[in-house]
Amino acid sequence: MASLVKHEKNAMSGDEAVAYAAKQSDVDVVAAYPITPQTIIVEKFSEYVANGEVETEFVCVESEHSAMAACLSASVTGARAFTATASAGLALMHEMLFVTSGCRAPVVMAVVNRALSAPLNIHCDHSDSMAQRDSGWIQLYAENAQEAYDSIIQAFRIAEDLDVLLPVMVGLDGFTLSHTLENVETLPDDAVKKFVGTRRLPNVLTHEGKTVPFKLDPDNPMTMGPIALQNYYFEFKRQQEEAMKNALTVIQQVNDEFAELSGRKYGNGLVDAYCLDDAEIAAVCLGSTAGTMKTIVDELRQEGVKAGLLRLRTFRPLSVEEIRSALESVKAIAVMDKSMSFGGYGGAVFHEVRHALYEANAQPFVVNYIYGLGGRDTSPRELRGIYEDLQRILQTKRVENPIQYLGLRE
Amino acid sequence: MTVKDKGWKEIAPAGVCSKASTDFLTGDWKTYTPLRDPVKCTRCLLCVAFCPDGAIHWRPEKGDIEFDTRYCKGCGICANECPTKAITMKFEQE
Repeated sequence: MASLVKHEKNAMSGDEAVAYAAKQSDVDVVAAYPITPQTIIVEKFSEYVANGEVETEFVCVESEHSAMAACLSASVTGARAFTATASAGLALMHEMLFVTSGCRAPVVMAVVNRALSAPLNIHCDHSDSMAQRDSGWIQLYAENAQEAYDSIIQAFRIAEDLDVLLPVMVGLDGFTLSHTLENVETLPDDAVKKFVGTRRLPNVLTHEGKTVPFKLDPDNPMTMGPIALQNYYFEFKRQQEEAMKNALTVIQQVNDEFAELSGRKYGNGLVDAYCLDDAEIAAVCLGSTAGTMKTIVDELRQEGVKAGLLRLRTFRPLSVEEIRSALESVKAIAVMDKSMSFGGYGGAVFHEVRHALYEANAQPFVVNYIYGLGGRDTSPRELRGIYEDLQRILQTKRVENPIQYLGLRE
Repeated sequence: MTVKDKGWKEIAPAGVCSKASTDFLTGDWKTYTPLRDPVKCTRCLLCVAFCPDGAIHWRPEKGDIEFDTRYCKGCGICANECPTKAITMKFEQE
């Protein structure tokens, strides 16, 4: 795909790529807690501030709860706000995540996906963001540092779209993407600035009877997020659900528009299908695992095995129809979860994908693989074993154990 | 309350209020109403200062206080603080 603008190739870690994207996206306020489990993202961004490379107000706060409170506050004044966190930091933000989405504040946050204690571990898995999947935030998961860079830029457009107005978290796998160097093609500053544009605001009717832009402004006072009891709370939650539905369209539009600019495209923005058209067996995963899985699919294809892969690039909102149409003709499917939903039937991604297939024309075998918790390495051999299991299921027409733990010692 | 509540498609996002806080008559939350004995009352105005809802007003033209029951939530702080026990809280019955 041709690109409209000249790229610069940089050796960057995922963290740097995210910081650089935020730098180019003309962010007004960054508030962050700078200590563990924080990553290099805000450290790098604070360097831009110190060097005078950005005009951003950088607020060092005393906790992640405060970081999100500060981003929310900035965002409701009409500013563009960004932060980054991981693991326990995201967990500490939990309360404010709901306030931010409820106030329809389009904050963008990078989440470096890391495990939650105890036992203490800050290596890669998806426990942190999966625990926040019902917080009203849009969730994108990047496959590589390049996509992390691209997704941060796109996230501002998605979040600030007037039909959406929801916060977006962009997940990138801890260490696997955040701390390893990769060739990242960056766009020129002016191209990103133009793509992201300036924030637009919808008009709302205030208590003074004025119709004014939706922001806190002393000249046009308004109340946001006040008490809404049994008679109104429900209606506001329904609005957020509608915004999520609108996001399904906006994410695809922004993905297309970004492709015209950069030449890079991530499936349709919602799901990224690989060799699925005639696939008999397929895996479903999020994040960086997809990179390894694609090489395994390539190997299997060379051997004549009809294998495919579906990567969920967007987990919230869930693109039920896309998932169904992508997987409907596949006969056996393995859904991969890098987190646990304790006491549930398999992991969160498994719940969602199996659920999406309930109304499919054919009922494929759908099994779950929980893997890589706490940064446990998953080898290509183990991942290939998933496809071999699926082949066995197809031959025997039997599933012995629908929920498997990959790489776990007995 | 005769106004029909609006549907989710009609209301502004994030609970932005199209009415001022004074338009919400929070007095209908209460189950107890303050009753004052004007003989015991010394007009010390402690109740005016303590009322968390600003629902007790000093009326200089009358030289007296006035309870605004449209906003009084019936918390009873006024009765508790009154030094001459001039205020009693009466249970409201339909």
